[in-house]
Amino acid sequence: MSAEITPPADPHAVSSAWEDPAGIVGFLTSVDHKRIGVRYIYTAFVFFVIAGLLALVMRAQLAEPKNHLLGPGAYNQLFTMHGTLMIFFFNTPVLAGFGNYLVPLMIGSRDMAFPRLNAFSYWIFVLSGLFIGASLVSGHMPDGGWFAYVPYTNPTFNPGVGMDFWGLGVVFTGISTTVGAVNFIVTIFKMRAPGMTLNRMPIYVWSMLVFGFMVIFAVPAITLAAGLLELDRLFGTRFFDPTGGGNVLLYQHLFWFWGHPEVYILFIPATGMVSTMIAVFSRRKLAGYLWVATALVGVGFISFGVWVHHMFATGMPAMAMSFFSAASLIIAIPSGVLFFAWIATMWSGRVTFTTPMLFCIGFLVIFLLGGVTGVMVAVMPFDWQVTDTYFVVAHFHYVLNGAVVFPIFGALYYWMPKMTGRMLSERLGRWSFWVMFVAFNITFFPMHLLGMEGMPRRVYTYDPSLGWDHLNLLVSAASGFFGLGTGLTFVNIAWSRFRGAPATADPWAADTLEWATASPTPHHNFTAIPVVASRHPLWDKGALTWAETTDDPAGRSLGPDGARTRTTPWTSGADTRPEGHLRVPLDTVVPFLLACAIGVVFLGLLVDRSVIWGLGLALAAVNGLLWAWRTELDAV
Amino acid sequence: MTTATLVRTDNRSTRPAAWWGVATLIATEATIFAILIASYLFLRASSGTWPQGGIAPPDLTIALPFSFVLWGSSVPMLAAERAIRRDRQGVVRAALLLSGLMGLAFLAATAKDFADLRFGWRDNAYGSAFYTLVGLHTAHVVVGVAMNAVVQLKAWLGKLSPERHLTLTAFAMYWHFVDAVWLFVFPVAYLSPHWR
Repeated sequence: MSAEITPPADPHAVSSAWEDPAGIVGFLTSVDHKRIGVRYIYTAFVFFVIAGLLALVMRAQLAEPKNHLLGPGAYNQLFTMHGTLMIFFFNTPVLAGFGNYLVPLMIGSRDMAFPRLNAFSYWIFVLSGLFIGASLVSGHMPDGGWFAYVPYTNPTFNPGVGMDFWGLGVVFTGISTTVGAVNFIVTIFKMRAPGMTLNRMPIYVWSMLVFGFMVIFAVPAITLAAGLLELDRLFGTRFFDPTGGGNVLLYQHLFWFWGHPEVYILFIPATGMVSTMIAVFSRRKLAGYLWVATALVGVGFISFGVWVHHMFATGMPAMAMSFFSAASLIIAIPSGVLFFAWIATMWSGRVTFTTPMLFCIGFLVIFLLGGVTGVMVAVMPFDWQVTDTYFVVAHFHYVLNGAVVFPIFGALYYWMPKMTGRMLSERLGRWSFWVMFVAFNITFFPMHLLGMEGMPRRVYTYDPSLGWDHLNLLVSAASGFFGLGTGLTFVNIAWSRFRGAPATADPWAADTLEWATASPTPHHNFTAIPVVASRHPLWDKGALTWAETTDDPAGRSLGPDGARTRTTPWTSGADTRPEGHLRVPLDTVVPFLLACAIGVVFLGLLVDRSVIWGLGLALAAVNGLLWAWRTELDAV
Repeated sequence: MTTATLVRTDNRSTRPAAWWGVATLIATEATIFAILIASYLFLRASSGTWPQGGIAPPDLTIALPFSFVLWGSSVPMLAAERAIRRDRQGVVRAALLLSGLMGLAFLAATAKDFADLRFGWRDNAYGSAFYTLVGLHTAHVVVGVAMNAVVQLKAWLGKLSPERHLTLTAFAMYWHFVDAVWLFVFPVAYLSPHWR
């Protein structure tokens, strides 16, 4: 094992090439994937806290029957915002944030393929979050559920701007997810360090590659679902209006053609994180690397053929539904492959129970339960019984909260030391884990029972005669503790910034390249680019080797010269031979301005003033022009 | 002290980052069109009559010939891409101009076509689907013509060279995509309603 860090170079020459301007200017203009990644994570957690608090208010309302804390209208708004913020503004962006930070480091690059696009993607995410957050502040929250089913969200039945915040906000934030995915795909294919062939790529990078491809093909469907809904609402088209020849089921198809892949868009990066941490803390290579990589790709493909299982209760032809039921069952096979690979890794390794590992083990337990209920609802007769009950709420919180949020918390403990240079407290981390794990199960497990007893989703209260009081009270009480458990981790992060033990370059004795550079990561990531000879570069015998600059143009950025000239290698996709170099663009305010211009367009649509959205389009065109003009200067 | 290694490099001409980025963006844009076409066909399949509400199937007298103009505009783009690699600036400028004019001609024809339509997008789902599908493509053509103007400006200012012409490469990819999508949008929006 080796924990050699990147060789030193003339520190002044390198830092002057990479450092952002100080203060607010640097904040608005940085294109550093690390700054953007960390910012993504923090911003996403702000939405996590807001959405979590909304959930706690809902649970307070449901703690006893016939409660009057919230009325039905307010309750509808709260569950709509909770789901929308969690899916679109926490889960997706937080995973993109980790990817932004980690992918270039793990593949031995000095930045992403499109650093300015990366900044743009962040600003779009923030502005779209503020856009939809404005509905909260102004009191005009959407109330049609995070899925916004028609006909309820048709303008006839749901006038006012509430649903427009949702529809426009979803299209808006989709831009961010899409350009982020483009960046991941190109970065992973074309910027891997020499020697990191596809079969040596870390599993986490595989997971982000699958994430990228799934986003590219799934997000267009939600863009159209929300976009056509907004055309109906703002411009009077009749897509989803049955009285005008439209079809409400079309909306559900469009929504779930994105919606189900989206579940795996969130789940797959989480499995990438788990695969990384389980192997490191079992002190061995991940069992069945090839099986795991294949399973990730397999889940990605199959997840596009299961969306109708969200629509079993809509009355479609039995043949069609049987197909989707079968596909939904088949997805258990690659998921099972992943699960057994993790078990085998732990079984044959020497497990150390650090906080990140505890979160991974918690994930395994929760994912198993969520997976089993997933198989149950894939079977049509069972699904018909529990559709729109708390059983479904329990199921998707096991998969989306348990099987995604737990790995994310583990990842915070695992990678924060690399980001901040400070270790988090293990002691507080354990407390956070156990409070979260126990409270999670007491919160969500009883929901299965409530669902089977017939308690419907999305009701703001229930009658005492139904016998649901005790379980609901238990759930509500436990949900408060779950919130508390997550709070302990936030306290831990704040505490570690000042008091945390300094992190070494490789505090976990891990195998991947992000640990081959100092903690916190220097601006330029690597002085020289590492040369990879195996799947576990830091676990090889002997020291990691570093590339030298070569005389021909293709190898100019490999050595310390690359760090001095703000360039990074561009390599062939399959065998990673250096083909050229990419000049990492200087800090620029254009991505921020372009994002603002697009924000003006959406604002104009929201308030239905063509002058405003016309102005936004004009501003966007000007900024697009500035961007295109600069592109030529940054050519290879 | 760490060891250093001389890595074997490869100096074959390689596709630039912009090529990969635009290719991926085109994949996602193509998916938008594919899903929109699927939505159009879904609405048709679930409707008793098509076009709905007694609307006549689209008139082809203008649309058909000008579709060929649009598809044909890819040819001068190909010529421009070839010419810039050989540093024939004059050919680049002329070809870009011709391609842009063909795009403009298509837009003018589309405008006339839309002006002659006797139904609106509010009338029924057919109208909504027709306007949205054709309108989305038209918006792409408008953006393409605007991009053509930018690239032409660069060409006339002498900012394109055999080594540096990323904007031309990226724009050419986009323009071919806009033309290729019309190969699918046109038959669905203009031809399929004639077939019952």
